[in-house]
Amino acid sequence: MSFPLYILRRFLLTIPLVLGITVVAFLIANAVPADPINANLPQNALNNPEIIAVFRAKWGLDKPPVERYLTYLGNLLRGDLGTSIKTNRPIAADIARFLPATIELSTVGILFGVGLGILFGVISAVWRNSLIDYGVRILSLIGVSFPIFLLALLALSIFHAQLGWLPGPGRINPRITPPQTITGLYVVDSLLRGNMRAFQDTLLRLILPGFTLAMYVSGIIARITRSSLLEVLGQDYIRTARAKGLREQTVIIKHGLRNALIPVVTIIGLMYGNLLVGSVLIESIYAWPGIGLYMFRASTSQDFPAIMGVSMLIALIYVGVNFVVDLLYYFIDPRIRLA
Amino acid sequence: MSLTYSTTSLTRASVWRKRWEDVAHHLRRNPIVVAGLTVVIVWCVLGLLASVIAPYDPLAQNTKALKQPPSVSHIMGTDELGRDMFTRVLYGARITIPAGLQTVTFGSLVGIIVGSLAGYLGGLFDEILMRITELFMAFPTIVLAMAVTAALGPDVNHAVFALVIVWWPSYARMIRGLVLDAKSREYVEAARSVGASGFYILTRTILPNCIAPALILATLDIGNAILTFAGLSFLGLGAAPERAEWGRMVSIGIDTFDQWWIWLYPGVAIALLVMAFNFIGDGLRDLLDPRLRR
Repeated sequence: MSFPLYILRRFLLTIPLVLGITVVAFLIANAVPADPINANLPQNALNNPEIIAVFRAKWGLDKPPVERYLTYLGNLLRGDLGTSIKTNRPIAADIARFLPATIELSTVGILFGVGLGILFGVISAVWRNSLIDYGVRILSLIGVSFPIFLLALLALSIFHAQLGWLPGPGRINPRITPPQTITGLYVVDSLLRGNMRAFQDTLLRLILPGFTLAMYVSGIIARITRSSLLEVLGQDYIRTARAKGLREQTVIIKHGLRNALIPVVTIIGLMYGNLLVGSVLIESIYAWPGIGLYMFRASTSQDFPAIMGVSMLIALIYVGVNFVVDLLYYFIDPRIRLA
Repeated sequence: MSLTYSTTSLTRASVWRKRWEDVAHHLRRNPIVVAGLTVVIVWCVLGLLASVIAPYDPLAQNTKALKQPPSVSHIMGTDELGRDMFTRVLYGARITIPAGLQTVTFGSLVGIIVGSLAGYLGGLFDEILMRITELFMAFPTIVLAMAVTAALGPDVNHAVFALVIVWWPSYARMIRGLVLDAKSREYVEAARSVGASGFYILTRTILPNCIAPALILATLDIGNAILTFAGLSFLGLGAAPERAEWGRMVSIGIDTFDQWWIWLYPGVAIALLVMAFNFIGDGLRDLLDPRLRR
């Protein structure tokens, strides 16, 4: 199969999936007993039928579901995700405002988490069944078993409240003006603008939430790296490499780890869903104004247009990531080319 | 030498004894599994006997003893409404353990039904079911669960329902693969040749061979289900506010940071239980994956 044909085929397959995602998001938001009116109008307005009627008409709650879905779909095609009932702003604009904070946080979490995870995994596999292996295994098991919100609270209470080493919740000290937006990432922006005070503050504030996320990520990565490397080290080509008289270091890093990392890379791609779980909880504890906090506020106030917008965006990113992964497989796996 | 091995020695009882010896042997070699099992059993007993052990009523407020640190009368202190923390932590087991088990049980049941139908019937039916499965997998667990609980309102059963919705697809995928594999085996061919019905073939010959991997996945999964459930509750989307639920109790900690006993004890309770289930799951996987056993 030629590459353009392969892309086309994969692309056509994602269309029903994307349509399905919009249907599910719409169904969840609409086929529900909860009434957004109760959550979003003040108590005295609830007794006034006129206000309720205006509210219903404004948000299209008086039209039949199919019509509402088609309107929604039409708006989507124009890049209009609707308006949040709570913030009263376009959801696309809200997401654009909240997303950079999440990207900043999860980048730190992934980088340190994957780095530490691979390091611990390799140590654990190389000195298999030694004291250090048991130590790493138990630590990583604790890492994946500890509720991330407890980890966040512990870190905050020890390093912020008790020791006072690091600043508390929030992305930037309220007394410091955030840097003017270039990328939306505070650390990068403040550096580019030469605002060292903001840079120092935002960087320090990234440490606690970033490392909480990294702890969680590294637990998962360490476990996978360990078992994958153990499997690879049992292969014939490792014995051959050793028989050739290569240094143990070369055998493990060049012949072992390189092959063992293939499943790890796959998992890192899939982990983005887990990361999001982590960031929703971490962002709500560290008052981190990211997409997780936005989603959390939307769910507690039954702001369904916003819930729909965010869950759809996230599902679409997932579909996009998988699409890219499939394209990569075209180059990695020769069987696809020949099929 | 005469071959006088008696076939009658392979009675049902001796087969079971052999199996039990196998299990006991592996348990002895896996102290971690034993530790996990012990902790889970202890939590179950504590939860069952909560009304007997607990010194107070889990909902009884005491305005004279707000946010008291641990003392003789309240060994884990009291929370922001003067409720006894020890009592509430004990009662928490009654909510969390069933919630985790229910999520995994119902999630795997739905997954097994969908996956086996898709794998067995094949064709267009398979195509449609698998596309639906992929659709649900596209939403990250917590986001879909948050959307569902936001729609239904905070309640333990609603949270479990939301978790089942996000839980079944991975089981459906795995079972489908196993059924596809088993479908082409000789014993299925044999059953078909003697005129067995499709339903009989699926439930009596194919599924029994696919259940073991599903069980392992389920055991490995209970810890995860409990964590996600606690996370939902932490966000205020699980148990109703007044219930003694662990995740909910930890969430109070955001406002009562310095009164560490209010959030630390229920948090550690979650961690202990999840760790115990993960210990069991890990041991089980090592046991059944011969590549990792040496």
